[in-house]
Amino acid sequence: MAEQCAVIGIGQTHHKKKRADVSIPGLLREAATRALEDAECTWADIDAVVIGKAPDAFEGIVQPELFLADALGGAGKPMLRVHTAGSVGGSTFIVGAHLIESRIHERVLAIAWEKQSEGNAQWGLAGGRGRGIGAGGAFAPWIRAYIEKTGAPEYIGWQVAVKDRLNALKNPYAHLHLPDITIETVKESAMLWDPLRFLESCPSSDGACAVVLTNEANGKKAAKPAAWVAATAVKSELGQFPGRDPVRPQAGVECAHDVYTQAGIGVPRQEIDVAEIYVPFSWYEPMWLEGHDIAGPGEGWKMVESGDTEMTGSFPVNASGGVLSSNPIGASGMLRFAEAALQVRGLAGEHQVDGARTALAQAYGGAAQYFAMAILRNHPA
Amino acid sequence: MAATDIAVVGYAQTPSVRMARESEVQLLVPIVSEALARAGLDRREVGFTCAGSCDYLTGGPFAFVSNLEAAGAWPPISESHVEMDGAWALYEAWVRLQHGDIDTALVFGSGKSSPSKPEEMWAQQLDPYYLAPLGVDPASLAGIQARALLDSGKATERDFAEVVARNRRNAKNNPNAQVAGDYSVEALLEAPYVRAPLRAHDFPPISDGAVAVVLARGDRARALCDRPAWIRGLDHRIEVHQPGMRDLTSSTSTTLAARKAGYDGGPLDVIELSSTFSPQELILREALGLAADANVNPSGGALAANPVMATGLVRIVEVAQRIVEGSAHSGLAHATGGQVLQHNLVCLMEGD
Repeated sequence: MAEQCAVIGIGQTHHKKKRADVSIPGLLREAATRALEDAECTWADIDAVVIGKAPDAFEGIVQPELFLADALGGAGKPMLRVHTAGSVGGSTFIVGAHLIESRIHERVLAIAWEKQSEGNAQWGLAGGRGRGIGAGGAFAPWIRAYIEKTGAPEYIGWQVAVKDRLNALKNPYAHLHLPDITIETVKESAMLWDPLRFLESCPSSDGACAVVLTNEANGKKAAKPAAWVAATAVKSELGQFPGRDPVRPQAGVECAHDVYTQAGIGVPRQEIDVAEIYVPFSWYEPMWLEGHDIAGPGEGWKMVESGDTEMTGSFPVNASGGVLSSNPIGASGMLRFAEAALQVRGLAGEHQVDGARTALAQAYGGAAQYFAMAILRNHPA
Repeated sequence: MAATDIAVVGYAQTPSVRMARESEVQLLVPIVSEALARAGLDRREVGFTCAGSCDYLTGGPFAFVSNLEAAGAWPPISESHVEMDGAWALYEAWVRLQHGDIDTALVFGSGKSSPSKPEEMWAQQLDPYYLAPLGVDPASLAGIQARALLDSGKATERDFAEVVARNRRNAKNNPNAQVAGDYSVEALLEAPYVRAPLRAHDFPPISDGAVAVVLARGDRARALCDRPAWIRGLDHRIEVHQPGMRDLTSSTSTTLAARKAGYDGGPLDVIELSSTFSPQELILREALGLAADANVNPSGGALAANPVMATGLVRIVEVAQRIVEGSAHSGLAHATGGQVLQHNLVCLMEGD
């Protein structure tokens, strides 16, 4: 029987296009210090550090965790660096949880970050080559395939773009605060990768997110309520091969069912109160609702249309504003896990969803081929 | 308390070469198959897969994504990746196996140094504000470390040459080694300095290579292997990054990792150290408290073959192989990351 893992501390930076006010270590310490304060811990209480980020080429430093060891109190501790493309923030959280569940450590700091202003993310995403099509260019054909297959109206994407940005107004850490955004402004914004318009795309952010994870005994006596890790799973598949369905990748389906089974969830749409899902481009909200069997085939966009995924809806998605409002790539996955944990702790502030007891956290990466997911609850199993 | 019934039950490695004609994934495919075959395991039975590699070596972000093909990730697999030596991928898999819901794991590490200029690339591994702008390369830092070791009186240049001669002699019996042969200490000492007090032979070769390991737990390990190499302890520790903040003549993180892994300083049949520069073997021997006649690096170690990102996992395989084949009962493998021994891992293994 594995140990129960509790999230007792959460910290994130104010995400911005360019955090020129801090160095890379300064950015990470901002998130880590907030997580430690939330957990009422000191650096000395931390047994191990797990750190994640997307490709090193984004900042131009090989294995930056080696120099970041100094700023993160790593000396004398185990430090593990995870890299699983866009899902890395989620994977990093999960590796940290495993260190608790296996009883190897009592308190682990898991931290994920990206300081995209240090480099050129579009160049990085293109594999370090010129003439890259960018992430939007890679995903647009699959989005078109989804629209074709389900007959979803074009305004669904605009609706998600507006909803997440209005949610972000309630999140002081979010990069984008666009109080004047409307369906009209999204519709009129520049077409980047048909059908994706400028305002349907995520920003490029500097930011970090950190969590303090601990065991059942410490979780129960923590000063503030803990979030409890009820299930975690990672699944990967090859990015391209004949017969692959990139619109509904099998790894995403299996990863979701893995966490539902572990958490004893039979009907996710009814039993999950709130979800934080990696939606870097508006259409991925309905695509993942279907891709993770929360909605039936062709039903995902209808959940968006009817307002079910709004903060006041029956299945709120990305109450934090999501990746569409803040995207420090390496940290974006952990932000989903951290925001899901904040919801079940009841500590999400203005963007708190009333009565959130069970939350789904999801991150994906690569050619929609890497998945990391968790179910978080407001009570231990 | 970590489980002590997780074992290495399968392994395979490529020979190390200066420049492999194959891509990284092409290096991996046959050895992943070979390691699984040695354990008699179908890839669809693997519970968890973890890989270690470095984007920068390949010269492109997301380089590890194509390595996923070596794991045959269809149907989808539970999988993770560390931007570290494969020894740390083994650590993550070992942690995952503690849960008890799965009982097998596949681990691999791979690196091709041939496409890049390692001295320029690894200079980018240093603190980007204070050190990287100086352009100091690993060999220069190792030279500073070697000088500190000489100045401390703990070693002489002859000691360095003796390390090289012994490792190269040992490598004669290792078909995967890149540098092997009989060299006299006197002849080695006549070679010119490259980064004084280090000579070219004090450096590791530049290598391409890959290694794969199959882990299994408990009864499954016994079923898959006649003599599993049980991992009795596994731990890793990092030190501060700034070389000026450390005593470069010692390795406190290795000492700590060994203690946490449960190594009590007793005799071992085989020890494999990731000492990529000859003085580091002396530092690591002291950090581990090894006897002068300890059987260190029978494979020739990293001075004979240095497939970066696989080098540490190769050490684990070299120890495990001797236990599985019955020529050793107990052993210790060491892996390192960063410059001048910043991050160190110790894996303690034994047979039944």
